[in-house]
Amino acid sequence: MTAGEPLIRWDWVAGHLDEIAFRLGEHVELTAIAVGIGFLIAFGLSLLIVRSPRSEAPITWVTGTLYTIPSLALFALLVPITGLTIVTAEIGLVSYTLLILIRNIVSGIRGVPAEVRDAAVGMGYTQRQLLWRIEVPLALAVIIAGIRLATISTIGLVTVTSLIGQGGFGFLILIGIQRFFSTELIVGAVCSVLLAVSADALLVLLQRRLEPWTRLG
Amino acid sequence: MPERGATVEFREVTKRYADQVAVDRLSFTVPAGKICILVGPSGSGKTTSLKMVNRLIEPTSGAILIDGNDVLREEPTALRRRIGYVIQQVGLFPHQTIAENVATVPRLLGWTAGRTHARVAELLALVGLEPWRYAKRYPAQLSGGERQRAGVARALAAEPPVMLMDEPFGAVDPIVRDRLQAELLRIQRELGTTILFVTHDIDEAIRLGDRVALMRDGHLVQYAPPGELIAHPADDFVAQFVGAASGLKRLEVLTVGGADLDPRIRRETVAANAPILAPAMALRQALSLMLRREATCGVVLDGDRYLGVLTLATIGTLIRSDP
Repeated sequence: MTAGEPLIRWDWVAGHLDEIAFRLGEHVELTAIAVGIGFLIAFGLSLLIVRSPRSEAPITWVTGTLYTIPSLALFALLVPITGLTIVTAEIGLVSYTLLILIRNIVSGIRGVPAEVRDAAVGMGYTQRQLLWRIEVPLALAVIIAGIRLATISTIGLVTVTSLIGQGGFGFLILIGIQRFFSTELIVGAVCSVLLAVSADALLVLLQRRLEPWTRLG
Repeated sequence: MPERGATVEFREVTKRYADQVAVDRLSFTVPAGKICILVGPSGSGKTTSLKMVNRLIEPTSGAILIDGNDVLREEPTALRRRIGYVIQQVGLFPHQTIAENVATVPRLLGWTAGRTHARVAELLALVGLEPWRYAKRYPAQLSGGERQRAGVARALAAEPPVMLMDEPFGAVDPIVRDRLQAELLRIQRELGTTILFVTHDIDEAIRLGDRVALMRDGHLVQYAPPGELIAHPADDFVAQFVGAASGLKRLEVLTVGGADLDPRIRRETVAANAPILAPAMALRQALSLMLRREATCGVVLDGDRYLGVLTLATIGTLIRSDP
């Protein structure tokens, strides 16, 4: 960084609101796609685990292994195959959501009290009705907790995808580093954190709206 | 209400698990509109027997017939929607209001909203939960006893001819249990539903049962009205099990006609304050009549015919004795 330069130059911020807004959109898009696709895959695999517990060990092993691969290495490995594209970014981002989401969806559904399930089946619910009308609604708190975790960690990870030409706010951080320009770096980092905090707050509100019965007693 | 009970018949029903026989060639018939209590120590096969009726457990062999139709020939979910089901932990759906919970089976059956709504209100009133107060509440906002009432309402929602109850009052305190038992009897009389009821509590069996099926190790040891179970136990096991019922409870099921009367005492010699008793009267009622009149005996008349005298001493012997 250049000596004598202030840590943040507000005039740069004021002059680059368009760029910041654009990066925000990019960041939200990368995150939403990753958590959305991740959730669909995780939900399917979770149902498989709940219905046939023997599938739990292999699924946990695979998603656990994916989770441990350093993100930088994963992107580097994917670039020769899928190029510097959003696809490369999303493959990585989706992979990292799976472990968290599956663990929460499965424990949420398993947490439904046995007597509730017994009563539902005893009164004539089909397996599908049991899932959508009883198990999923009751597992919602734990499932949304998983989505919150996955969303926060994805928002952080998205910045890394700047190295493969994506990145949202990560792009600002990367350019800031390359140009020794602290303002851009800090704006990128702070915006990323703010986005994570607001996304988390929104999901908490959503959870409360969806579960009126948990606030009584 | 148009409800009526159905006959439930167990025909040589056996349930075998890998290493043990849970229920062994169980055969008995519950007449329509009667309460049959399945009672016995834990592991006697009573809950297994109950759950075979709505096919939560599939029998290894034998048949269970409801009004002559083999339950195994029916589609399980359709069968279960026609059979009320109440369990000890109630199993109300915590994310639904009481009204929604009670509406469960009507909704599965595709009733119209209007019909469902009317039925829910009717049932909540029937089980003693004022609709205006309870319909919109969630299960977490109810006491244990209220939850069990809601559970009974939910089970009765679609006017089932048969209701299965698995230790429904096992988790509530004795005072509440007493009230719930009394109300179950009232509701059952009103609706005429056939009830199969599992308990390990012999007092509850004697109080509620038209018939009691006493089970041990998967076998039916005795199937009889409670009074007969007490008066003529089939073997020592029954005698011991029934003996656990408190003496005073016994007086509720034994009748004046079944007690030892003394016909040698001439009617004219009996004190004037002795009450007139009928043979069908429960001994408990006879006892309270005698106590109220400060009499030491009662005159037993079958219509006009003089049968003899029932003395306080005889009742005392019955309370103290092992059956």
